[in-house]
Formats: sequence, C-alpha cells, structure tokens
Amino acid sequence: MKTFRIGGVHPQGNKLTAGQPITPVGLPKQAAILLSQHIGAPAQCIVAKGDKVKVGTLIAKAGGFVSANIHSPYSGTVAKIDVIADGTGYKKPAIFIDVEGDEWEESIDRSETLVTTCDLDAAAIVNCIEEMGIVGLGGATFPTKVKLCPPPTMKAEVLIINAVECEPYLTNDHALMMAKADEIMVGIELLMKAVNVTRTFIGIEANKPDAIALLTEKAHAHKGVEVVALACRYPQGGEKQLIDAILRRQVASGALPVSTGAIVQNVATAYAVYEAVQKHKPLIERVVTVTGKSLTHPGNLLSRIGTPISMLLEAAGGIPEDTGKIVLGGPMMGKATANVETPTGKGTSGILVINESEAHRTAPSPCIRCAKCVSACPMGLEPYLLAKSTMAGNMEIAEKGHIYDCIECGCCTFSCPAHRPLLDYIRQGKGQVMGIIRARNAANKK
Amino acid sequence: MDIVAISVISLGVIGAVAAVILYVIAQRFKVEEDPRIDEVESLLPGANCGGCGKAGCRNFAESCVKATSLDGLFCPVGGSEVMKKVAGVLGMEAADATPRVAVVRCNGTCENRPRVNSYEGAVSCAIVNSLYAGETACAYGCLGYGDCVAACQFGALSLDAATGLPVVDIEKCTACGACVKACPRHIIELRKKGPKGRGVYVSCVNKEKGGVARKACTAACIGCGKCAKECQFEAITVADNVAYIDSDKCKMCRKCVEVCPTHAIHAVNFPPKKPAETAQTTAPADASTGNN
Repeated sequence: MKTFRIGGVHPQGNKLTAGQPITPVGLPKQAAILLSQHIGAPAQCIVAKGDKVKVGTLIAKAGGFVSANIHSPYSGTVAKIDVIADGTGYKKPAIFIDVEGDEWEESIDRSETLVTTCDLDAAAIVNCIEEMGIVGLGGATFPTKVKLCPPPTMKAEVLIINAVECEPYLTNDHALMMAKADEIMVGIELLMKAVNVTRTFIGIEANKPDAIALLTEKAHAHKGVEVVALACRYPQGGEKQLIDAILRRQVASGALPVSTGAIVQNVATAYAVYEAVQKHKPLIERVVTVTGKSLTHPGNLLSRIGTPISMLLEAAGGIPEDTGKIVLGGPMMGKATANVETPTGKGTSGILVINESEAHRTAPSPCIRCAKCVSACPMGLEPYLLAKSTMAGNMEIAEKGHIYDCIECGCCTFSCPAHRPLLDYIRQGKGQVMGIIRARNAANKK
Repeated sequence: MDIVAISVISLGVIGAVAAVILYVIAQRFKVEEDPRIDEVESLLPGANCGGCGKAGCRNFAESCVKATSLDGLFCPVGGSEVMKKVAGVLGMEAADATPRVAVVRCNGTCENRPRVNSYEGAVSCAIVNSLYAGETACAYGCLGYGDCVAACQFGALSLDAATGLPVVDIEKCTACGACVKACPRHIIELRKKGPKGRGVYVSCVNKEKGGVARKACTAACIGCGKCAKECQFEAITVADNVAYIDSDKCKMCRKCVEVCPTHAIHAVNFPPKKPAETAQTTAPADASTGNN
C-alpha cells in the first residue's frame, strides 16, 4: 500500500467514535462568532448591535485576498460586537448573537434531495465558493477560493481529495464520508470543473475500509475519480505528504503545492462546496468529533459554528472528573485550551478530552543524539539541531537548516525518547526566522 | 659540515628576503586607525551587552570617535562617569543622562493572581506567550519563565520562588535594556533611578477593564484614575484602563500610593515608615496650624 516516503510516525489510532453516525446538537442561547476563523486577514464585521439576522445572513466580509466571508449560523439579534477569549485565552473580536428560533434565509435549499446538475462555469463556481465563505476544513482553514486560483504560470493537472484523517481519535471526515458519499462526489465534480482537471484521487487511510469500499463504489459512476487506499502513517494528511504518497512528487522548499500539478482539498471541504454551490448554503456548520476515553457519549456532532465547547462536551456526556486536558483538534497537532467557553470555529475538527493519567508531559532529559527525530521528520529536517539553535538564539543555523519548511506536525516531539519539547522551540524559531526573512526581503525591495 | 652551512645560509637568506617583503607590504597596505578608538574602548566596561544600541564596545568607541557630538551616544552600563571620561578623551561635552534602572511592572504573585491552568511545555516566556495567555487569567502580566533572567549579563535579575516574579538587584542593574527586549509581554521598563534607588511606579500593565483585570489579579490597576487626580505634578496618565507614572515628572511624594484601591502603585527603597511617621499623615494639618 502506498504512503509518503520520508519520515512519519504511527501513533495509536484510538478512533473511539468510528462508525458512529453524525448527530446534530441543539442551539445555544447566545453564541459568539469569531471574526478570525481562517488563515489570513480577519473578516470585517458588517452588522451592528440590534440588527436582525437569519441563518445564512452575511455578517462579516472577507478582509483581504486571503480571507473569507462569515455568515450567521443562527437567527436572532446581534447583541454586541465585542471580544471573547478563544482557546488560547487571548481576546479576539467576535459578533455575539442572541439566538431566537431557527429561521433560515429563503435562498438556502434545506431539502435532502441530491442535486447533481450544475450549469455554472468554472469562474462562477469559484465565485460561489468565495461568496459562501468556504475554507479548508482539514484544520488549516486556508480560504478555498485562493487555492482554486493558482498563479497564472502554474497549471493544475490533478485534484487530490484528502480523506486521510491521519490524526488519532478524529473521525469527523470518516463519518461524513459514510453519510454523504453522493454529495461529496458531486462536490468533487464541481471542484474538478472549477480547476479544470480530469483526474481526481481520493486518498483514504487503510483504517477506514468501509469508507474505501463505499467511495470506490460511488466513484465508478464518476469519470476520472479514483480512490487510493493508503497505509496508516502520520502526518499523511499533510498536503505535501499526501502529494508524495499518491503522485510520488515532492513539493520543493518554498514552492506552492500546485507547482507539482496537484491541488489538494479536504473531503469535508468538497462536501461544503457541494452545499454552497448546489444548495446555496454558506459554511455555517460542521462535524466535530467530541472524543476521549473517559467521555460517556463520545460522538460525531453536527454543530453550528460558534457553539461553545462546553455545550458540545455536555452533549457528549459532560466533562469527566478525571479530565487532565482538553484539546481542540487531534492529539498530534491540536492545542490544549485554557477555556471551555470558547466558541468553535470553521477549523474546529475535534474536541479531545485527555485523562489526567495521560495528560501530562514527561520531564525532558538531555538530548542523547539518537537521531530518532531526524528519522521521524516528514520534511527531512534535523529537529534536534533546529531546536538547539533556537534555544541558543543562533537563527542563522536554523535558517540554513530550513526551519521554515517545518509543518509543525509534532513527529519529532512524539518520537523523542528524552521527551524534549522539540516542536515548542522549532515553532518559536520558525516564527523568528520568517520575521528575519520578511525584514530582509523588505529591505532588499527598497 | 657543508650541508649544515648551506642549510643555515639558504634558510637565513629566505628568511631575510621574506622579512623585507612582509615589511614593505605592511607599510604599503597599513590601515590608518584613529588611536583614540583604542583609548575610548579601554575606558568602556567591555561587557559587549549592546545596551548602547551598537554591536559592542569597540563599535561604540568607533561611533564616539566618528561623531561630532556625543548626543544620543550613551553607555548605560558605564553611566555618566564613563561618558565624562570618554568626552574628556575626545574633547567633547558629555550629555548628562540620568541613571536608569529596570523595573518589573507586574505584581501578579501566586497569591494575588491565582493559577487557572498549568503549563508543561518548553520553559520560555516567548514560547508560552505565542502559545496562549498563560497560567493565570491575566493575558498581560509576567509569565514567570525567566527569559529576562537569562538575558541579563550582569546577574541583576533573579526569579523569586515565592512570588514567581523576577526581582531586580538595583546595585547590579546597568539599565542596558536586554531584559526589556527579552520580555515578550513588555512588562519591564527602564525608569529613572531616584536617590538611593527610590522609585514610584504602577506595578501593572493590564489593559482590561477594571472589573475583568481585578478578577484575574487582586493587585491589578483598574484604571480608576484616583492616582491621576491626586498627583499635583501631572506625572500620572491613565490610558487603556491602566495608569502610568512618568518617572521624569514624578517627585516621589507617594500620595498616589496611598489612594490606590488595589495597591497597584509601588514605592520602593524608601525607608520603612516609622510609627511616628505614620502618625504624620494626620500630623501635617496640626503642624501647619502650629506654624501659623
């Protein structure tokens, strides 16, 4: 079975919620919609206190080229435009909505009927994706329309659908594939039309045999679409790793993934594209895996954007007593949250409750130069050296070591027998080096 | 015998020729350097801390010699004394700069500012600051992982284990500003060093509204403005819900310290108030009537 060629680790799957259907959760009384739910510039608020909104009303416009529209996931009244502490504890601007009933915009088709025909041309599809605020739902929340408009010098040859879900615990994409396979296929056709390609590969890891079987069967009816089963290996869901696994092509350092001829979109994004283009439904809800070994009712919950995390945890049976840590996202790349009242965003793929017994880090000991981190790094970097040079403040060595190529997957920290917090330092050093490079480029331009 | 003589003579000749060539080249390509640079450098502390904004002491000496006036050139470590000597060598006037000292503007001790979560990652303020708001509910205060302590070359900073906050040794602090740059939360400020190291400052930088700040830390400045009203010298300004005392305008009367409801204003290195002096707070009225 295919997989990517450099590095990687194989953490225990722990897919506790695999095979569970998608269950909707109720609406909160008041919800906060963060203005920055995507990579790039925050959206600009276009509503004021007291405005009435419906589900699907545009409440914030994209604040730049790399940015995304935000639509109201609730009907009700705008209570205030204020700040709310997100998962990091820092306050971020948000629109607070007092939820009243559940009235949707008339333009949205809420029926379950599958709409397969689409008369729109490529530009109109991309335009619709932009209007509806679709962003990459794999976790990075990169605005989808930006990815669909590669620089004029580059041409996409193939579309890759990322249904890998290599993060342990998370099953939201898996559940979506099982429930909405037909819709996903239509979404894929729309994406193929938008970027003008004739071939698509759907990458699925081997731990989801039912999804592989179902999508392979559905793919027969769609010309050029092929399902590729991949060996389980983290971080296969990384864009560059997935391109390598499926096409055996490597993205050069600093180059865009489309330079290899491939455009990668998450499977949940394909579904969101279907809903946006065929049903005129903006991105207002998503599947969130709420999981953890001590939760009584872990599951794949369909929740509106802006639902407080505490409410989702309540729906999964409440926060267990032996909770040591609550992580937003998966255990590898997710970040522990300091606050359960924070609202979900477009990129919240999972909420993981880790037991007290498993939550703590082991105290680090000195590096023994075993080079396990070097073998594990999927980008072919030397994590020990990058961490060490950051600690010493020697950013020249870090830059020479291509620290900016780090995808922050955490394989180095995961594999370190000395439990060194390698990624913590590398992430810091990466930020510093990027700053140095930007300053240098700006100075050179002058 | 012959071989020995030939070797000695030939090596001697080669040596002599090489010496002549080297001497000629050395004279031909000699770099003229102002001898005053060496002289100025020898006066400087030689810590190469970069507190003056130059790449090191040598670079600072070169800048001093090149400059037409010493305005804007100041060695914070050596202070006015060293700058006077430098000025003497160069025959210029030394700008008289007031001595400064690093002040940590946070009083979020474990008692005042309870921990609401715990962090186990890399021990570095910069990393914690980029990850999240920290172990307390205050997103502005000291994180307590000692980036400032590591940055100080003079051993003037140490972490107090009881409070979790850095403490400045005013005797050792040279006001080089390395800690100011190292602190990701910009809590440390170089303030005017009063006589005997005395100083009055607001020990809080929390920009949250009063209630929120107070909830996170009992010693937070709530921006009530009482201190600004009390100050007769217009040294105190309140902006973004936090008061700031301009150390150049402050006359250290300490009236603001008494009115601060959260005790966020600190007066340091003043002699402890004697019982008699405490009584004096009511005494001045009597004294003034007495004089009349």
